[in-house]
Amino acid sequence: MILLLDLCYEKDSLSQYEFVYPIADTLTRSGFSSEIRHFTELNEIEWERYDRIILCGTALKDNDYAERMELFSWILNSKKPILGICAGMQVISAVFGGKILPQPSIGLENISIIRDSNLLGRQREIEGYHLHNFGVTLPEGFLLLAGRLDRVEAFRHPQRLIYGIVFHPEVRNRWIIEQFARLPPLLDPSSA
Amino acid sequence: MKLGVLFSGGKDSVYACRRALEKNEVACLITLVSENPDSYMFHTPNIRHSEMQAEALGIPYLSWPTPGEKEAELADLQAAVAAARDRFGLQGIVTGAIESVYQAARVQRICRSLDLWCFNPLWQINQVDYLRLLLSEGFRVIVSGVFAYPFDESWLGAELDEEHILALERLQKRYGIHPSGEGGELETFVLDGPIFKKRIDILSSSKSYADFRGHFVIEKLQLVDKMKQLVDK
Repeated sequence: MILLLDLCYEKDSLSQYEFVYPIADTLTRSGFSSEIRHFTELNEIEWERYDRIILCGTALKDNDYAERMELFSWILNSKKPILGICAGMQVISAVFGGKILPQPSIGLENISIIRDSNLLGRQREIEGYHLHNFGVTLPEGFLLLAGRLDRVEAFRHPQRLIYGIVFHPEVRNRWIIEQFARLPPLLDPSSA
Repeated sequence: MKLGVLFSGGKDSVYACRRALEKNEVACLITLVSENPDSYMFHTPNIRHSEMQAEALGIPYLSWPTPGEKEAELADLQAAVAAARDRFGLQGIVTGAIESVYQAARVQRICRSLDLWCFNPLWQINQVDYLRLLLSEGFRVIVSGVFAYPFDESWLGAELDEEHILALERLQKRYGIHPSGEGGELETFVLDGPIFKKRIDILSSSKSYADFRGHFVIEKLQLVDKMKQLVDK
């Protein structure tokens, strides 16, 4: 079971249709079960029910989650695979000491995958959909998977299966979500 | 949150409006009336009747003319959205975009420049599931235009039903068409649904069709009070 953490400004918001349901739909169609919970409900979550976690994106004007960063400190000690998408990547970066900085981008752009990984595959160019006002710096020790140091497109934790991508994989790159769902949970970090 | 819906009167903008009404206040419908029948951004068949649809929905309406020239019409859209924001105190805009990155990215940029929220509640929805959702919720949708092979004249004016959805599914598999018409293959017009306070009856219409392009033009229509009809029964 995969936990989809809704980072939108309120529970069951109009944005949920846009940023959470397409992820759930992708997982359902590829045979994976998921459940949606809002980030303000963290105290009620039965973590043992979930084997991996996706932190979903938000609307351009929606930055409420960034004002509640104390709610995400559990990520530091979580042993489960985690994927942060856009706003979710910002959360992961900030939790591990990175910075959230203005870096607006809207629309399809070429993404350079610069490092082989089990999540994004071989080094190559792909097209990805951007919808963000903010980007991130690479937290210390993290590996840059796509983009540049001054424009991080994707990263991963050096040892654990914690990934962030700034573009929206639910648009034209659903294979990334499926790939995350299929990652073996006890993968040897050195081969990830 | 007070929202304005970009409204063409087709199924996508109507259903986006339904989802917005479930969560927020819809303060107005905004229609760009394009003088260009091949508009890149704005649905054109029967657009002049969208005001009557707004009346049927019981939602204030703002129409805005545009010559419908590529990119220039974006400036017209921005002006319309700004006018609606100022007149109705909008905080956000709702669109019926499903897959069109072209359309969605441009509206997102306009909303950012006007400091408005942008919502796309049909974004990336499975199109066949969505068509069945429209039926199951009681929306009455007709095909008001076809613009691609292999749509024949029989589609014009046809009301969406399970048989048509199955046909669209087959055309998707065989020709790669978008079942909901997001690729511009077909256009629709909504006559009734659970958010309509009045129903629309078509009194007269005409068709024009040649080479897999055609319009179903509604010439005369009327609003029917649904509550009164129930009382009469």
